[in-house]
Amino acid sequence: MNALPTRTTSALLYLDGVHVSFDGFHAINNLSLTLEPGEMRAIIGPNGAGKTTMMDIITGKTRPDEGEVLFDGITDLTRLDETRIAELGIGRKFQKPTVFESQTIQDNLLLALNVDHSVRGTLFWRETKDESERIERVLETIRLKDARHKLAGSLSHGQKQWLEIGMLLAQDPKLLLVDEPVAGMTDVETHQTAELLKEINKDKTIMVVEHDMTFVRELGVKVTCLHEGTVLAEGTIDQVSSNERVIEVYLGR
Amino acid sequence: MMPHVLTRSLDRSATIFLAVVAAVGILIPLSNLLLPAGSMFQVPTYLVALFGKYVCYAILALSIDLIWGYCGILSLGHGAFFALGGYAMGMYLMRQIGSRGVYGNPILPDFMVFLNYPELPWYWYGFDTFWFAAVMVLLVPGLLAFCFGWLAFRSRVTGVYLSIITQAMTYALLLAFFRNDFGFGGNNGLTDFKDILGFNVQADGTRAALFLLSCLALIIAFLICRAVVTSKLGKVLIAVRDAESRTRFLGYRVESYKLFVFTLSACMAGVAGALYVPQVGIINPGEFAPGNSIEAVIWVAVGGRGTLIGAALGAVVVNYAKTVFTSGPLAPYWLFMLGALFILVTLLLPKGIIGTFNAWWEPWKAQRIAANAESAALEDGVSVSKPNPAE
Ligand SMILES: Nc1ncnc2c1ncn2[C@@H]1O[C@H](COP(=O)(O)OP(=O)(O)OP(=O)(O)O)[C@@H](O)[C@H]1O
Ligand SMILES: [Mg+2]
Repeated sequence: MNALPTRTTSALLYLDGVHVSFDGFHAINNLSLTLEPGEMRAIIGPNGAGKTTMMDIITGKTRPDEGEVLFDGITDLTRLDETRIAELGIGRKFQKPTVFESQTIQDNLLLALNVDHSVRGTLFWRETKDESERIERVLETIRLKDARHKLAGSLSHGQKQWLEIGMLLAQDPKLLLVDEPVAGMTDVETHQTAELLKEINKDKTIMVVEHDMTFVRELGVKVTCLHEGTVLAEGTIDQVSSNERVIEVYLGR
Repeated sequence: MMPHVLTRSLDRSATIFLAVVAAVGILIPLSNLLLPAGSMFQVPTYLVALFGKYVCYAILALSIDLIWGYCGILSLGHGAFFALGGYAMGMYLMRQIGSRGVYGNPILPDFMVFLNYPELPWYWYGFDTFWFAAVMVLLVPGLLAFCFGWLAFRSRVTGVYLSIITQAMTYALLLAFFRNDFGFGGNNGLTDFKDILGFNVQADGTRAALFLLSCLALIIAFLICRAVVTSKLGKVLIAVRDAESRTRFLGYRVESYKLFVFTLSACMAGVAGALYVPQVGIINPGEFAPGNSIEAVIWVAVGGRGTLIGAALGAVVVNYAKTVFTSGPLAPYWLFMLGALFILVTLLLPKGIIGTFNAWWEPWKAQRIAANAESAALEDGVSVSKPNPAE
């Protein structure tokens, strides 16, 4: 495809030279980033840095104007639509928790399960033991077992965040993109979420966007700071938070 | 498989609804045929035909509720599918007239003789056989819906834009069917039917049978809708309605789901139209009028969107009101009243008749479910919450 065929690396997610502009506004500028299989990466950066837009690009919601986005070293994500990308094993939790409000928690998880998603498959679907056990496990993990028959719309903001994480678990993707998971959570819940993500990271690759620095610190993983659509700094939390530019644009003195 | 689908589809209210439709479908024809004319309990033939019309409208309303109430597709052109089904049946009925027409032509319907058609247009072939026409009743609306939906849903046309193009679709068909050279009787449409499957369409017995068949079709349509909405596919439809893009990110091909349900709904509307035509005795391009489709959406809104039973009920209630008002001195004001009804329902009963009823009933039902779940959990001896890792 280009001068460097050996580019297809071991990386699970590979972004290179990505540009996106909205009506002349450059939201993403020459963004390059790689995620190794099994890695967890925290993304920080000021409002409007392009963190959510980056996830939009990876999941097929936004098409980049330029640049390469490769999954698993071979699949060009810029050519695929949202459905196909989800099928490949990329799951996403949205910044504004998006659950199916008029359906029960249990049904939300059922919908998220990575089973046959064809029209035929769902029309003739019958509950299997394996599926109900998986749902059971997720309900336990996200502590919503007692609320399983409640409508998702009746949950608190924090619980919706958890339900959405639960949906990610049910989806069982290879790569999880988690956008601001702890917004609206208490300190205890924030801590539990960090624990949960670390647990999930034992066999999944995760990219997590968060403004809460205590949470990021608790994750204890490599941090990338975005600013104006490009990578400003990358490294351990201590390296990044002591970076002059990062302090200037984001953390403040 | 079947028993499983049935138990899933038939909750209490669904069973009651079906029982009522079945009772009406049997009792009205019986009373019409068996009781002496003029007796208090005898339903006169003109009422049988009128009620038959309502039942067809109820099927149309169900088809709209399936896509609008459950998948959020607001079609303002569903009258087109209804009319196409009606035309397919009308063509069969025209061919049955044979040489009994005014001009006595054994092949050509009267209007073709009048317009100097040299021969039967190719698209009228086959309509002399009932089974061919019956297949067309499903196929023509279904195919149009499939093509239309394929284009619209794949290019992600949604919301108001979709509603507008469905209006445009029915309007385009209205204009086409008005033309004399289109081959469907132009302005006058198809009428003067003589018989259906060898039975005189005007006879009491035929009318009673058509009424019974319409009720049967309503029952089947309702069962199909229930089977769809209570399946996992039904949950996907609701997910699409409430958060379409979220559904895509879970790996569902939203356009396929919409296409499936839109096509199914159009076929149902076609059947409704096909049963309607022999009972009212005419089909003309007026059935494609955009206003008809909008009226049908109002029935669903009045009865309760996303409840199925409400849609059918709304069709009957609104049309009964229409019959009452348009036959009295208030006739010229019917459209204003319909508009006022729509506004009142939107403001006062946003969930419609059945939706409002459910809103009372559901909390009580939910309590019962919760109580059941609790006692089940106790029996299993399952620990209710997991130990907290934060501690
Ligand atoms: N579809 C769009 N059309 C126009 N502008 C957009 C669009 N999506 C994002 N933007 C702009 O791109 C910039 C980056 O937005 P983005 O949501 O990615 O920021 P973010 O880093 O996620 O910020 P936050 O921390 O506030 O969530 C913003 O200035 C935003 O207004
Ligand atoms: Mg964001």
